Amino acid sequence: MTISPAITSPERRPLRLAGLLPWLFAVLVVGYAMVVGGYAATVVSFALIYAVFVTGLNLFMGFAAQVSFGQNAFAAIGGYLSAVLTATYGWSPLPAMALGIAAAVLTAAIVGYPALRLKGHYLAMGTLAIGLITYEITVEWQSVTQGYMGISGIPPFGIGPYEITSDRGQLVLLSLVVAASLFAAARIRRSRFGRALSAVAGSEEAAVALGIDVARYKLAAFLLSAGFAALAGSLFVHVVGFVSPEVFGLHMVIVTFTMLYVGGIGTVVGPLVGALIVSLLPETFRAFKDYQDLAYGAALILLLIYAPRGLASLFSPRGRS
Amino acid sequence: MSRLRLEGVTRRFGGLVAVDNVSFEVPAEGVTAIIGPNGAGKTTLFNLIAGALPPSAGRILFEGADITGRPPAGIAAAGLVRTFQLVKLFEDLSVLDNVKVGCHLQGKAGLFGALLRFASAREEEAAVDVRARELLAFAGLSAFADEPAFGLPYGRQRMLELARAMAAGPRLILLDEPAAGLNTEESAALARVIRRIAEEGTSVLLIEHDMTLVMNTADRVVVVDFGRKIAEGTPTEVRANPAVIAAYLGTGKSATGAAVTASDHQETARG
Repeated sequence: MTISPAITSPERRPLRLAGLLPWLFAVLVVGYAMVVGGYAATVVSFALIYAVFVTGLNLFMGFAAQVSFGQNAFAAIGGYLSAVLTATYGWSPLPAMALGIAAAVLTAAIVGYPALRLKGHYLAMGTLAIGLITYEITVEWQSVTQGYMGISGIPPFGIGPYEITSDRGQLVLLSLVVAASLFAAARIRRSRFGRALSAVAGSEEAAVALGIDVARYKLAAFLLSAGFAALAGSLFVHVVGFVSPEVFGLHMVIVTFTMLYVGGIGTVVGPLVGALIVSLLPETFRAFKDYQDLAYGAALILLLIYAPRGLASLFSPRGRS
Repeated sequence: MSRLRLEGVTRRFGGLVAVDNVSFEVPAEGVTAIIGPNGAGKTTLFNLIAGALPPSAGRILFEGADITGRPPAGIAAAGLVRTFQLVKLFEDLSVLDNVKVGCHLQGKAGLFGALLRFASAREEEAAVDVRARELLAFAGLSAFADEPAFGLPYGRQRMLELARAMAAGPRLILLDEPAAGLNTEESAALARVIRRIAEEGTSVLLIEHDMTLVMNTADRVVVVDFGRKIAEGTPTEVRANPAVIAAYLGTGKSATGAAVTASDHQETARG
């Protein structure tokens, strides 16, 4: 197949404008939730927390094309450290969150250094094990995590005496965190660091031949991804005020993979679009009552048939070919 | 001092000796070609030089330093960069970004440079952009800069791989059958680019089946057959060498030698 510049160039401008559509969609959804508040605000808040997690997942799986079924482990570390330090030991949320992220990144470094020697299915199985082990720890280490009972009474975010307790306040905070996360992803994409990740994704052999330390960049992407996961985990516990092992269980892995692929793996805006769509779809099908799950499943299949590279890719030149 | 020096380099795969006690030097100036029938061990030799495989015996010296057994990324960082027999582009990246990846070794910016865009990172990025565009112009690919690499016609993909390797700033570039699959016109254009690379001070070592390309570009030729070096010299000298004629035409060779030559002819006809 040959693409001559003469044919594709005139299409460029409208496509670039079309590229803004996913962003517009996200702004409208968040704006709607802000105005309506209540249940809609709760659903969208969860979607935004997922968007942070999936943005991290995308750095590892989309940008660097590696596989991890165990990022929920790092969300659990971030979430539980935040929960225990604030609810049990009376820390304020921000330092607890910072420590949670640091602990998750450190764990990722210890686990990732040997695990990243694995490739493909083996890496997938290895990371899956990390997620399952962490889940078991949150269930069994009852003196700290209170097992299935979970930890309640986790304080919301705040600075000094000002606590963000309203739905709308939380939405604003989460929107800012998501915006910062996507901004970071976009900057990484267009940098020496991001290009090295793309090179690892494209051909490890060619990357090595150009002097790129493949193992180092894989590990860096893994650590970044773990950092985002821990941030999302911590955001969750402070927004909801409660945490239990199920929050970061296997269900989270499945949901976030769906979000990543539905939204558009490897794109910047994809994780946000995917997180919003996958969170909202079941709600839109609520009217189908008993058939809600069926309709949701059918909608996902249709999405994957008609937008195999994700919704965001429908609006980028690369996705059209 | 020679750019590259092989001393008794040997590589065995089980009982098979793919590269057998090969010694030669690549001078800093000009183009050196390694030729030989299919299965002669040329690509294995390249993999040994580039660090993709460790040699079973022997030493490889790059600019006087022993690089035997160093990891491939380290060898690239030392200034010895290779291309592949089967093009390995970063298909999802644009043509320009492929060359920018090639500039990796020229830069230093890391994660924080990416996130915070310090002045130094911005300057580096601007320099990379200028350098990458120069190389695209050099390879005749400027018009395709923003196209995805997977959409390029095959001949241009080869040129892109060459431009990307040059972006790494090598002092010696290894080209593994750069003319494979190119038509006569593309092959001639490639020969001109290779000559220019050599004239601008990068030593070139290439493996090639396309004899026209070798005769048009190479200053020196090393001939290998069955893993051994059988001749060395200028293209004219090598062409007149009876051992080389025997290796290529199968005269006085065993049946296996003839079979190798036959498959080699098929390869040439296909390309």
